[in-house]
Amino acid sequence: MFENLFSSEEFIEAVEILKTEFLLATWETIYVTILATAFAIIIGLPLGVLLVAGDKNGVLPLPKGFMNGLGVVINLLRSIPFLILMIMVFPLTRLLVGTAVGTVASIVPLVIAAFPFVARLAESSLREVNPNIIEAAQSMGASPFQIIVKVMLPESVPSLISNATIAITTILGYSAMSGIIGGGGLGKIAINYGYYRYKYLVMVAAVILLILLVQIFQSAGTRLAVRSDKRLRGK
Amino acid sequence: MIEIKNLCKSFSVEDGTVEALKNVNLTIEDGDIYGIIGMSGAGKSTLVRCINMLERPTEGDVLINGQSMTELSQKELRAIRRNITMIFQGFNLLMQRTCLKNICFPLELAGVKKAEAKKRALELLEIVGLPDKANAYPAQLSGGQQQRIAIARALATNPKVLLCDEATSALDPKTTHSILELIREINKKLGITVIVITHQMSVVEEICNRVAILDNGEVAEQGEVSEIFSNPKSSAAKRLVFPDGSDMIADKDENQLCMRVVFNGAEAAGSPLIAKMAIEKQIETNILAASTKTIGGKVYGNMMLSVASDREQFETAMDYLRSVPDVIVEEVAKNV
Repeated sequence: MFENLFSSEEFIEAVEILKTEFLLATWETIYVTILATAFAIIIGLPLGVLLVAGDKNGVLPLPKGFMNGLGVVINLLRSIPFLILMIMVFPLTRLLVGTAVGTVASIVPLVIAAFPFVARLAESSLREVNPNIIEAAQSMGASPFQIIVKVMLPESVPSLISNATIAITTILGYSAMSGIIGGGGLGKIAINYGYYRYKYLVMVAAVILLILLVQIFQSAGTRLAVRSDKRLRGK
Repeated sequence: MIEIKNLCKSFSVEDGTVEALKNVNLTIEDGDIYGIIGMSGAGKSTLVRCINMLERPTEGDVLINGQSMTELSQKELRAIRRNITMIFQGFNLLMQRTCLKNICFPLELAGVKKAEAKKRALELLEIVGLPDKANAYPAQLSGGQQQRIAIARALATNPKVLLCDEATSALDPKTTHSILELIREINKKLGITVIVITHQMSVVEEICNRVAILDNGEVAEQGEVSEIFSNPKSSAAKRLVFPDGSDMIADKDENQLCMRVVFNGAEAAGSPLIAKMAIEKQIETNILAASTKTIGGKVYGNMMLSVASDREQFETAMDYLRSVPDVIVEEVAKNV
């Protein structure tokens, strides 16, 4: 498979493709990932809050049937393989973006796949908040809404940032798959050149770029999480 | 005035229900520093949480200045909680907020304007003796300092009552002392009624004027601290006042007769009673244990004496000691 990887023609050709296509592809990957993550957080974070606050021991207990239903829907969406999900949401994508293929269209299935995941991540972050601190806020006359906005969310910011980092790197991985439905980005290049046209060098270069992007997002996220955590400041 | 009336609280657990509080009746007067003491699991924390309705009582009621707490709506309850604030064993500060913002927090909840809240918070930092910690985060402070910030936070809304739930249990003795001093000062200067939940007798001795002893969800005994210290009646109170007493009795010889002598006030504690008794009545006694404490500026002592197995001599000794003013004598049976 890789025997002609480093032959000179291959190399020159690969460099040519890198020059002409990679800048756009990298940009597409970054904006699809960031947009999809942003939408996934917009939908997923409130759901995460609902999962914790609506719990029977939460600050705003909701009917058990509703909570169970919510849990089932989230688990259901999480259990559909992304490849299948992309195809299943075609009608919704058409409704929202007007077309089911292309880079912008690929954001829709990414968001649908990611928001339940984000909801679970947010749930685990919010559950880390010390229940005694919530009790203290209640003892001071805080309403459930005030507890969510002024205690639970601000107190779990470092953990939320760590988990948002996990979300963004996972979504980046998923976005590479959307080349199948015509989504742009590094994933498309890896598939089109590497898989369909046997240009393995291009594929390897695309993968290396994806790895680099994951590294950058991860280390930036970790740094931000640590910097935002006021508990780690020494005496 | 806080009246706790026929308060019961039970929790349902897997195998049935647990009765945490059984028919508790207490009256706490304005300006009191009221101690509620008991062993772990006695129901102290549940009781204090029933006062501000963090726990809903199963039966009974809590009246604050005649206002029933159980009848309030959620909204009214939130408003009244600004008047009955609380400090905790674990301080429970918001770790991602500076000290100043922590103190502003209850004011923020109440909708007080930012500038006004900040002004009040700075005043409070002054009161609790940490004016330089405004911009520090709780993690940068020691336990005692964190509790001071928590006290400042509890005072922000000008409460009438301060509930202290094991507020000094996580602190070393020296820091405990300074925090208790601060609480006493707040009680005196601001006239805030304080309810102190603790398992430490030393805390009650140091600041409380009245005390209730909670044992297994029931009030075993209540009254003036000095009274309960000098003459505990219930076995729960005796266990707390004379923590070593029961072990010691278990060791004693079957035939030995024992008595507990309590000196109530400095006068009696200052005179060589036992020596005098030996000289005047020729009764030899053995001191098994003794201790003295200062409560509210008066000296209290208690002593465990054993007398030779002669019943007559024992009675004479008891009568002799009883004749001294401010001395309380009682025979101690086994297994007290």
